[in-house]
Amino acid sequence: MSDHKDRSNSKQPQSCHPQKQYVEDNKKSSSRFWKELAKGIVISNPVFILTLGLCPTLAITNSITNALGMGAGVIFVLLCSNIMISSIRKATPPLVRIPVFIVIIATSVTILSLVFEAYLPPLYRSLGIYLPLVVVNCIILGRAEAFASKNSVLLSAADALGIGIGFTIALVIISLIREIIGTGSLEIFGRQLFKLPGLSTHPLLFFISPPGAFLVIGIMMALFRLIGVIKSE
Amino acid sequence: MSNLFTIFIAMVIVNNIVLAKFLGLCPFFGVSKKLSNAFSMGIAVTLVMLIASVSTSVIYNYILVPYRVEFMNIVIYILVIASLVQIVELIIRRTNIILYNAMGIYLPLITTNCAVLGIALINSAENYSILESIVNALGAGIGFTLVLIIMSGIREKLDLADSPKSMRGLPVAFLTAALLALAFIGFNGMV
Repeated sequence: MSDHKDRSNSKQPQSCHPQKQYVEDNKKSSSRFWKELAKGIVISNPVFILTLGLCPTLAITNSITNALGMGAGVIFVLLCSNIMISSIRKATPPLVRIPVFIVIIATSVTILSLVFEAYLPPLYRSLGIYLPLVVVNCIILGRAEAFASKNSVLLSAADALGIGIGFTIALVIISLIREIIGTGSLEIFGRQLFKLPGLSTHPLLFFISPPGAFLVIGIMMALFRLIGVIKSE
Repeated sequence: MSNLFTIFIAMVIVNNIVLAKFLGLCPFFGVSKKLSNAFSMGIAVTLVMLIASVSTSVIYNYILVPYRVEFMNIVIYILVIASLVQIVELIIRRTNIILYNAMGIYLPLITTNCAVLGIALINSAENYSILESIVNALGAGIGFTLVLIIMSGIREKLDLADSPKSMRGLPVAFLTAALLALAFIGFNGMV
C-alpha cells in the first residue's frame, strides 16, 4: 500500500529536482538505501549541481574546521528532521504540513546549537549566526517536502545522509581551496597539518575575505558545468 | 543618536548584508535579472524585515529575556516571521491591489529568506534595543535593495555579452558579485 503511494507521488513534478529514477525502482530496500545515499553525494550534489544552501556555503568556508562543523550540523539536522517527518507523514494534514516541517526543523536546530554551545564552544562562536540559520537552509526544507514526506523512514534516513554528505564534501572542497591559498597553511581543529613555504609568509588574503568566496564558488560552478557540457557532447 | 547613525551606515555599506554577511543570496541571484523586479523585491524585503525586527525584538526583550528562555528564539522567530509574511500578504491584497500585483509573488519567497531571520538573530545576539533593531533592519533592507539594483543593472548588460557557454548565467553572476564585494571592501574601516 505504502509502496503504491510512493510511486504515484513521485510522478508529480518536484520542486527540487526530478526524481524519475524512483518510479521503476521497486527492489529490496537495502539496495535502494545505498542508491539513495550515492544519489545525494554524486548525481544531485546540493551545492554544485542544485545550487541550494548557498548562504552557509559562502559564509563559513573560510576555514576547514568551520566547514566540517557546519557539515556535521547539517547532517544531524537533516537526519533528525527527515526521520521525524517521515515517521509522522501519515498523521500530518497536507494543509498544515509546511508549518509542521518548520517546527520540527527548528527544534532540531535548537538541539544542535545547544549541543555545540555546550561541547564545542570555539566552533559555536566562529559559526555565529550561521548555525541557527541552518533552519532556513533550503536543502533541509526541500528534502522534507520532496522526499521525507512521501517515503519510508529508512529511505528518508538514507536520503538525509547522502544529501548531507554531499553538502559536506562541497563545503570541504571550497574551504580547502580558500584556506590553503588564503593562509598558506592548513589547520584542523587547532592542529596545523602543513605549511606552504612561500605562501604562508605572503598569503593571498583575498581568498579568505568575502569576495574570495564568490570567486571560488563561481569558478567551481563553471568547472562543473564545463565537465557537464563536455560529457553531453 | 550617533550610535543609531553608526549602526545604520555600518549595515548599509560596511557590513552589507549580501556582500559581507552572505544573507539573502537566493533572491540576490534569483531576482536580479531585471531592474524593475529587483526594485520591487528590495522594497518587499525591507518592509518584511522592518516588521519582523520590531516584533521579534519586542518578543526577545519582553518575553524571552525576563523568563530566561532565550534558547527558544529560533523556533519562535521562524514561526513569527512565517505568520507575519502571511498577514502582510493578506493586508496588501485587501488594501492595495496594484502594490500586490507588483510584489505579491515575492512575499511567500521571503518567508524562507535567511536575511530576515538573520537580522532578527543579529538583533538579539547584539542585545539591541527596539529602536536600535528598527534602525538595523532599515539599514539592512536599504543595503539589500542597493546591492540588488546595482547587480541587476550589471546583469542586464551581461546578458548581451558573449561569454563562454559554461560561464553563462549563475557562474558569471558569482564572479560579478565577487568584484562588487571587492569594491564594497573599500568601505571597511569607515565605521
